[in-house]
Amino acid sequence: MEKFFRRNFAGYAFLAPWLIGFFLLAIGPILASLYLSFTKYNIVRPPQWIGLDNYFYMFEFDDRFKKALQVTFTFVTISVPAKLIFALGVAMALDKGIRAIGWYRALFYLPSILGGSIAVAILWRQLFNYDGVVNSALRLVGLDGPYWLADPKYSLWTLIVLAVWQFGSPMLIFLAGLRAIPQELYEAAEIDAAGPVRKFFAITVPLLAPVIFFNLVLQMIEAFKSFSGAFIISGGSGAPLDSLLFFTVYLYDEAFSYLRMGYASALAWVLLLIIAAFTAIAFWTSKYWVHYENERG
Amino acid sequence: MTTTLSISTTALTAKQYREARARRAKRAGLLKHVFLIATSLIMIYPLIWMISASFKPDNQIFGSLSLWPATFDWDNYSQGWNALSVSFTRFFWNSTFVTVLSVIGNVISCSFAAYAFARLEFTGKNMWFALMMMTLMVPYHVVLIPQYLLFLNLGWVNTYLPLIVPKFLAGEAFFIFLMIQFFRQLPRELDEAAMIDGCSPFKIYWAIIMPLSLPAMATAAIFSFIWTWEDFLGPLVYLNKIEDYTVPLALRMFLSQDGASQYGPMFAMSILSILPIFLFFIIFQRLIIRGIAMSGLK
Repeated sequence: MEKFFRRNFAGYAFLAPWLIGFFLLAIGPILASLYLSFTKYNIVRPPQWIGLDNYFYMFEFDDRFKKALQVTFTFVTISVPAKLIFALGVAMALDKGIRAIGWYRALFYLPSILGGSIAVAILWRQLFNYDGVVNSALRLVGLDGPYWLADPKYSLWTLIVLAVWQFGSPMLIFLAGLRAIPQELYEAAEIDAAGPVRKFFAITVPLLAPVIFFNLVLQMIEAFKSFSGAFIISGGSGAPLDSLLFFTVYLYDEAFSYLRMGYASALAWVLLLIIAAFTAIAFWTSKYWVHYENERG
Repeated sequence: MTTTLSISTTALTAKQYREARARRAKRAGLLKHVFLIATSLIMIYPLIWMISASFKPDNQIFGSLSLWPATFDWDNYSQGWNALSVSFTRFFWNSTFVTVLSVIGNVISCSFAAYAFARLEFTGKNMWFALMMMTLMVPYHVVLIPQYLLFLNLGWVNTYLPLIVPKFLAGEAFFIFLMIQFFRQLPRELDEAAMIDGCSPFKIYWAIIMPLSLPAMATAAIFSFIWTWEDFLGPLVYLNKIEDYTVPLALRMFLSQDGASQYGPMFAMSILSILPIFLFFIIFQRLIIRGIAMSGLK
């Protein structure tokens, strides 16, 4: 017993802050929110058990919930691939010892590091104003830009552009991955008269697959979680006509504007399950297109 | 006869091949630079536009693409600093206070956990490690409501404690992961030699691991600084009194105020709010870029 204690003491001593945090701020709250999701709770009165009613209501009657799902899915399915394609394109242009690579890398990464700030969200609102910079640029080429922020047909695009603009960190990860591809493969392919397209699909994509997969999962989770941009640009409400009602914005609104803590907890659990499902699907399909170098067979 | 001929043909093609390759590389190189310069200009244009807007009077801000203000005007800065009912001196002080304590908390608590995972043996280590990695996936929104209720019951709402205390409890699994990756690269012989000399695990952490992993600590500190400085949701939920606001919350007030003729001051304060991040980025660029590649890959 004493030996067991002595062997484990140091490890648990160093782990103690994390363990406390894990129970009080991670797993505890996750379970608590599962419990709350089965209740009606407005802080003032104690939680009242209502079984699955929150979930029934959500899927049967709540149009805002459906709208939030639709907006979030649209955002994720457009912004994530666009961002990754852009990141890969720039990373490939930067690869192979181009001059001034340090400058380019810094310039391309800068938006990612500032992009989460409220300052940039505020800037974005003004860029896409009717007489903002984007429409001024369109007017130069003779186009009359729409009311980006007021028209629900276009408003989500402003946030997609904002997300793609922050392609810096997948780009850096792609760059490191491209460096690891042996140059001889490309040379051998060129001797066999393979063109750039062929080289891209026969060498770059398969060898980069693990990195593409990693970036895909990471960016997908990030996109589901994104909040401040949509919150600021829509003025906190998902306006116009709920076209910017990201799932996270809806959750915040239910919890802190209407104090429907039970219902908001149910929303939180749905979000958790959606992210888990998407990650699981990504891992499951990865069997068919991601192969690791040290794998056999 | 035939043999010599075929040899010379191959020699020729090899030479031609090399020349053609060099030509193509040069042309591709030029195209690439054109593409990269054009892209980086588009990327950076909005930021430069915001800097220039912060010097323009309100009536010149919209409807123009020009980056050069007709007159350089610092008025927006002095006006913006005092545009809200509380001055930005207060907001910057609040942000600094929260950020500095958060950085300290993150670095200490995450390096403790990382040291345990990377270097110490104890029962249940693999299980805890798997659980830690799982928390990477959990969105903050899922734990937000119960955490809020917990802090509400503790009477911590409208204080900075909900923003700072979690940072001392190694809440950011990303940093733990980053440091584990770094600690694993340090030779284990160092620990073993120190252990034979009678060093305790704490002494090993303090005298060997810490000093040798300054780059990892710095990387974690920098990211922690940037994320805390930019954090919006945490302060939005926990701070309700304007004199407690951090800079991002204060900036948002420019949007909710009615008479919307405050664009110049709003941009001026926006620029000041990202200035610290920008400076950090310039100074620590190498560490930041390496940190992403390291935590992302290896």
